[in-house]
Amino acid sequence: MIEINKLHKSYDMGSSSLHVLKGINFCVDDGELVAIMGSSGSGKSTLLNILGMLDSADNGTYDLDKIRIENLDENTAAEYRNKFLGFVFQSFNLINYKNALENVALPLYYQGIPRKVRQKTALSFLEKVGLKDWAAHLPSELSGGQKQRVAIARALASKPKVLLADEPTGALDSNTSIEVMALIQQINNEGKTILVVTHEHDIAKMCKRIVHLKDGIIVEDKKIKQNILKNV
Amino acid sequence: MFNIERWKEIFQSIQKNKLRTILSGTTVSLGILIFIVLFGLGEGLKNSYSDLFLRQANNVLFLYPGKTTKPYGGFKTNRRIEFDNSDISDIRNNFSDRIELINPTIRYGDLIRYKLESYDFSIIAVSPSNQYIEGNVLMKGRYINEKDINNKSKVVVIGRIVARDIFKTEEPIGKFINIGSRTYKVVGVFQDLDGDNQESFLYIPYTTRQQILMGSDKVGNISLTFDEKLGGSGALKLENEIKTFLKKKKSIDPSDPSGIRTRNVADELDRSMQFAGALQIIVAFVGIGTLIAGIIGISNIMVFIVKERTKELGVRKALGAKPSEIIKMILTESIFITSISGFLGMALGITFLNTVDKGLQDYFITRPEVGLSTAFFATIVLIIFGVIAGYIPAKRAAKIKPIVALNDE
Ligand SMILES: Nc1ncnc2c1ncn2[C@@H]1O[C@H](COP(=O)(O)OP(=O)(O)O)[C@@H](O)[C@H]1O
Ligand SMILES: [Mg+2]
Repeated sequence: MIEINKLHKSYDMGSSSLHVLKGINFCVDDGELVAIMGSSGSGKSTLLNILGMLDSADNGTYDLDKIRIENLDENTAAEYRNKFLGFVFQSFNLINYKNALENVALPLYYQGIPRKVRQKTALSFLEKVGLKDWAAHLPSELSGGQKQRVAIARALASKPKVLLADEPTGALDSNTSIEVMALIQQINNEGKTILVVTHEHDIAKMCKRIVHLKDGIIVEDKKIKQNILKNV
Repeated sequence: MFNIERWKEIFQSIQKNKLRTILSGTTVSLGILIFIVLFGLGEGLKNSYSDLFLRQANNVLFLYPGKTTKPYGGFKTNRRIEFDNSDISDIRNNFSDRIELINPTIRYGDLIRYKLESYDFSIIAVSPSNQYIEGNVLMKGRYINEKDINNKSKVVVIGRIVARDIFKTEEPIGKFINIGSRTYKVVGVFQDLDGDNQESFLYIPYTTRQQILMGSDKVGNISLTFDEKLGGSGALKLENEIKTFLKKKKSIDPSDPSGIRTRNVADELDRSMQFAGALQIIVAFVGIGTLIAGIIGISNIMVFIVKERTKELGVRKALGAKPSEIIKMILTESIFITSISGFLGMALGITFLNTVDKGLQDYFITRPEVGLSTAFFATIVLIIFGVIAGYIPAKRAAKIKPIVALNDE
């Protein structure tokens, strides 16, 4: 599903430049649930953003579902992001003036799907994350865990190939974190490929594989015995 | 362009961000409103000027006798020049091809009495032509006529203010008033749109006055009207020819500026209209200034709006919004708000001008109004600039990397 080779990324810091990713090689197969671990500043988000086409690499190759991702113009990038990828952010990034349903329906709007269908689909995804009754609520009326579940529903709404989650539990307390991870496990069990960036060990252990990032390279990459959570 | 889905997105964004909408809308409305009001007031000022001259005849030339300032033809300097009846007939005979009416006037003061009260107004002895030249409008009775001139009748036509002060609620026509030691019959009351001053005169036949002065043939000033087809330059030429003619007749140095003075209303009108025109240009400049201020205002607000929405735009991009989609969204929103508030401001401005219409006459502003095409033009200009003002930041926002936009706080 994902194949990257000798991926490099530096940030320009005016006079100097910060080399963040120093040749990353790794593959993710269909249906995997991968945790990207590492201390703060190790380049986890940078890697995820490149995989998500929110940012571009300086060097190296990236294939997503056998499509070479390089020199994309903004329109193609937008189309790929919409069709192939779903994002979940630490800070939820819901649009504050749209209710839960409208937030979930937004990626479908950019696919040109008619309003009625959009709303129906969005509602079914809200139901999937257990928030059907909260469809008309604004983000400000939802708890952190609920917001993240809305964000997950939104990420899934466009039926992407890969779900990318950057510290999805970073802003949540431990009980809520477990709820959200249980939801992620459930979605993965249904066949979705998921990458989760985290710096917490117990969160990483809820995945099926851990990739450890340090100083811009992968220092460890192993399959683990997944800590399976009870469905909440 | 017309995409229901996008409009729904936009309406939601407008509805959910009321402050922002009101802020930018008000700027545009205010810009147009002030422009239209200023422009209208400028127009009103111009109207006042042209009305002022329309209310009296424009094809009028006034001749005033003065004192010479140069010795000439055996006469000493500082000689007082006077007009008399022969000047009237000479002017009429020599310039009959261009002159229409000629009106000798003699202004004087004398005691005015009615019953036991006395009053203080100016008396002017005139010919019937005076009515047209001064633009007097009869309210009651009749004006001085040719018969009065021939018979040297003791009749008087009084201004509205005079009638009000002397007769209060009484009917003035047919009453007798005393001017000096003689009794005159009031035959008419007139008004004059040029104001109270012009309505504070009493007019009697000039021949009557000459008879009282022991059959004098002297007259004070002479006013005359000329063929309107002469135009500004023809009028000026006539003015100079008459002046030259009279100077020669009365042995005044042709280069003496003072022996005979003239006033040409056509020429004055030209100059006043130029002045009013200049005023209007200044007012229009101020108006355009407010338009520009409006444009700058809307530009700033658009920059602010886009900045404020950067993160949202990043989210939208992460969800698959194309740059063109982002631009269209911001732009349509900006056009929508600018158009609605622009036309609102225009309607308010026009309504305001219509409302104050009569109220500003004391400030020398008559019929303040803006042509619909001018109003539309200004509004469209502001909308176009609103669009440009929205386009630049929208384009910039559409260009920034989604990750940069997402990290914006
Ligand atoms: N846009 C940027 N410009 C400059 N430096 C950046 C930028 N984004 C991240 N960095 C730096 O790159 C390094 C890796 O950042 P990041 O990928 O966010 O780390 P992580 O997510 O693992 O905490 C950090 O040192 C961070 O300061
Ligand atoms: Mg990070």
